[in-house]
Amino acid sequence: MAAMIKVEGLTRDYGNFVAVDDISFTCKPGTVTGFLGPNGAGKTTTMRVMVGLTPATRGEVTIGGLHFHDIPNPGRHVGVLLDASAQHAGRTGREVLTLGARTMGLPMSRVEEMLALVALDDTESRRRVRNYSLGMRQRLGIAHALLGDPSVLILDEPANGLDPAGIRWMRGLLKGYADRGGTVLLSSHLLNEVEQIADEMLLIGRGKIVARGTKAELLAGAGGAGTLVVAEDNDRLVAALDERGISHTPVGLGFRVDAQPVDVGRLSVEKSIVLTDLRPVEGGLEDLFLELTSDTQRDDLAHLPAPTGAPL
Amino acid sequence: MTTQAAAAPMTLDVSQTPRVPFTRLVQVELRKMFDTRAGRWLLISIAATTALVLVIQLWVVLAQDMSVTFGDFGGGANIPMNVLLPVLGIMSVTSEWSQRTAMVTFSLEPSRSRFLRAKFVSTLLVALVAVLVGLGLTILANAVYAGLSDNPVTWELSPFQIFCFFLLYVFSMATGFAFGTLLLNTAAAIVIYFVYSFIVPGLMELGTLLDWFKDIRPWIDFANAQNPIIEADVSGKEWAQLATSGLIWLVLPLVIGVWRVLRAEVK
Repeated sequence: MAAMIKVEGLTRDYGNFVAVDDISFTCKPGTVTGFLGPNGAGKTTTMRVMVGLTPATRGEVTIGGLHFHDIPNPGRHVGVLLDASAQHAGRTGREVLTLGARTMGLPMSRVEEMLALVALDDTESRRRVRNYSLGMRQRLGIAHALLGDPSVLILDEPANGLDPAGIRWMRGLLKGYADRGGTVLLSSHLLNEVEQIADEMLLIGRGKIVARGTKAELLAGAGGAGTLVVAEDNDRLVAALDERGISHTPVGLGFRVDAQPVDVGRLSVEKSIVLTDLRPVEGGLEDLFLELTSDTQRDDLAHLPAPTGAPL
Repeated sequence: MTTQAAAAPMTLDVSQTPRVPFTRLVQVELRKMFDTRAGRWLLISIAATTALVLVIQLWVVLAQDMSVTFGDFGGGANIPMNVLLPVLGIMSVTSEWSQRTAMVTFSLEPSRSRFLRAKFVSTLLVALVAVLVGLGLTILANAVYAGLSDNPVTWELSPFQIFCFFLLYVFSMATGFAFGTLLLNTAAAIVIYFVYSFIVPGLMELGTLLDWFKDIRPWIDFANAQNPIIEADVSGKEWAQLATSGLIWLVLPLVIGVWRVLRAEVK
């Protein structure tokens, strides 16, 4: 299917610092696209350019074939949440939604519907945003983004500050939204927030897209993350692995093997080795994520020389 | 991008959604001035201090058995209005930045010039209401004066005088608005505005010691140029001086400020 959001050759510099470096991607209707990257990778800048808050140095973004600036009453088409804390601290949650509804020309009943949808009760909705927790602000922000019943959602770190139940709730909400034909682009710096919901993932590091695809494609592209295996007789397992030329490293009671679980299982059957544990390496995608973005991480995970001169 | 995707672009059906009407933007901007505690109390305190000034004025006038005109009370009402209306003008703009609501505002109305115009019109409407409130309080003060004083009472107020009040309020509100757009920061804009309104006139006064400055001062001193308006007696030359000084202190900051808002990256 054709793309609803189309980013082409987008670049944004700040002097010598390139925040977003020639990135292109598309988001299709009926899908959730996860935009993943460490802090300062350029996710927010990209989303801000999409909405016209930051001008692009080069390249362009269209939503449904239009520049954001040319969408009439954009709140009715594109729901935006860029920063849940960017609300007047002295307004009540209800008032924030009322202003949005009035601007978009929506009936006030829509405010009630959205409050109910994000589970902010009557008392909470009458409290000032200043007194909201980050999780409540996110809920309010999501309510605001959904207010105009848009067909596209652009959400920057929407799960930030939500408790585990809230994250699960949001996943369900966005999944349902995409299933009804909506287009969702959401960013996160936490892989596990996104991997369960995103149909497609974009990994961004230092302004560049370093990998893209579905979870399965990404893992396949990385050659799989390996298998953790423990045998009743580890020595025989080692011998069998060595014989096949499969590399392995001792981890805990067993080994981490650079092969798929199915291959290790087959080997154990052929050699009649009893396995007590066999599973894919957990967080395979996470390793991939960290590896792909390692030179952009603040913390030097891979013991590489620290990036120099990155003005972050 | 593949040609296939380009041939069948997924589009938004925007044919059924008109732009947000300008009047609705103005309504929303007006609402934003009232819907926070800070905004509401600023409006209330403008009315309250105006009333307070008139009460003090009445008390002095009656105690001293002075003879005053309706216009004198009007002048009294102007003092707090001219100090506080600019603050309202400043805050209407800067709160969008200091509270970062501009991000939300621009995602609902991406045309920043429409947003600024709506903001400006909403401040003008408040100035209009301020004129009416000021007028009402002035009438009340004059009525009390009429009831308690034996001195002659005047009720004369020409439409031109009312227009002059409105003009004064618009100038002070708009100057605040201009400083707000220029600095996009509440505290800085208020400080700079008060430097402008309390220190610049003193410097201008000092400057008149220089002969060459004495001649150009009327053309560049906006506060001074507004005096004929306060008196509601403006000559052609004075209108011209109002225009040139207003160009420097109101239009120029406003133009630079608008340019800044149109271009500024909204953080």
